[in-house]
Amino acid sequence: MLAPWKNSMRTALVIASLALTMTPGCKKKDVNPFPASGAIAGWQKTDATRVFEAKDLWQYIDGDAEHFIQAGVVSTATSDYTHNGQLEAVVDVHTMSGADGARKILETGLTQDAQKVQLGDEGVQYAQSVSFRKGAYVVRIVAYQATPDGAQALLALAHGVEARLQSTSRRSK
Amino acid sequence: MKSRRDFLKEAATGAVLLGSKGAFALTGAPPDEHEGAAKSKVVIARDPTLHGQGTQPNEQRLINLLDRAMATYTRRDHPVDAWKHIVAMGQAQDKVIGLKVNGLGSKGIATHNSLIMAVAERLQQAGVKAGNILVWDQNNHFLEACGMTVNTDPSRIRCYPSDVAGFEDQESSWGVARIRITKILTRECAMVINLPILKDHSMAGVTFALKNMYGVVDRPSTLHADNCNPAVADLNAIPVFREKIRLTIGDAMSSVYEGGPGFHPEHLWYPNALIVGEDRVAIDHTAWGLLEKQRAAVGMPTLEAAGRPPRYIATAADPAHKLGTNDPKRITLVQV
Repeated sequence: MLAPWKNSMRTALVIASLALTMTPGCKKKDVNPFPASGAIAGWQKTDATRVFEAKDLWQYIDGDAEHFIQAGVVSTATSDYTHNGQLEAVVDVHTMSGADGARKILETGLTQDAQKVQLGDEGVQYAQSVSFRKGAYVVRIVAYQATPDGAQALLALAHGVEARLQSTSRRSK
Repeated sequence: MKSRRDFLKEAATGAVLLGSKGAFALTGAPPDEHEGAAKSKVVIARDPTLHGQGTQPNEQRLINLLDRAMATYTRRDHPVDAWKHIVAMGQAQDKVIGLKVNGLGSKGIATHNSLIMAVAERLQQAGVKAGNILVWDQNNHFLEACGMTVNTDPSRIRCYPSDVAGFEDQESSWGVARIRITKILTRECAMVINLPILKDHSMAGVTFALKNMYGVVDRPSTLHADNCNPAVADLNAIPVFREKIRLTIGDAMSSVYEGGPGFHPEHLWYPNALIVGEDRVAIDHTAWGLLEKQRAAVGMPTLEAAGRPPRYIATAADPAHKLGTNDPKRITLVQV
């Protein structure tokens, strides 16, 4: 009844398809926005990147998926991280079909206590989360715990993701 | 143990169910399937100090809270007696009892592992074999979010997801719901204890007792049109759901009042409560009220004003579905 091989095969397929599914529009880009373990001080990448195409997004965020699809999501990539073995966080990188969709997603649900931060084209931060958009990408990093240095740590990780998206954009020009 | 104060409080709210047909303890059937004025009992057990200074509930306090909730619901003073009664009424002795959890919102807002393990522990103390307890959700990642790992060893509590167990080849349908159901529900479990977590939901408005069944089918994404109405009600009207989902112990220890069903820590809130009952319509109606109260407290619009009132709750109560009641006059709300 159980087929453990299915999980490992699925993971392999997901990794293999990462480069393709992270492609906004029709241009092919070799995009990996996820900083490797140790690339950002204190942060370790703790699991394999999972990628969901728009049609499969419900498997990750069932119920929220429709909003992303309406805004033109192409794919969503996600990975877990830990900071100094204490703070756990998840990084979601949504690749939209255009910047308008990215703006729409970022602005959804923003409240007055969101603090603006210098990230990408537009960025906001709360105590336990950082979100920004850059071109057709929307990035959301959420911590599962509240720690005294959590906000700064999240911001550092966000800058790391932004830098990888930036270098990808430069290469593709 | 129910204190005199608790008993008096229960009596004062009209919860003493002598002769009532509405309680699981007496009938085990949905109230609307009976004639007369049977009431659905919903227990909200709270502990304001449950979380202390941390983000996770204190385990001992949680066990005490669970015991208080179950004792109040079953009107049995000893926790093990309460659980023996639940198992007996579900005719699940020596059969598999499923615990349907919810980890869709990631580990930030998933059914608490400490609640799952407390329920499993009490079931074992009531005589249920560990291997006859099966914890499940839609997929492995959701189970991991609940702090669970896959296990098929029958000497221990078993745990595996709907998609790994597989779905029935034959489609089931009721109204707009046309889906295939996991074999965990159709073939393995004699009875299911529903362990959802209370959340705002970007489409349904509220996700809790009824909506938790989306994790039991192969294509939940087909059930989201029109704010999930009537899909939630239609899905739960399929006989196997009606027959096997016997008890709900709703996790309202922490919740998100906006931004759900995903985890949005900026909208996290700690109701510090468990909500227990059989009538999932009554439970959802009650939980909706809690969510609206919290939204009002932080200055947010009602779910109606936000364009996502959970109309599926009324649909579930209508004469076509008869899944329970959303009429406050027919709900005996006991707060302990």
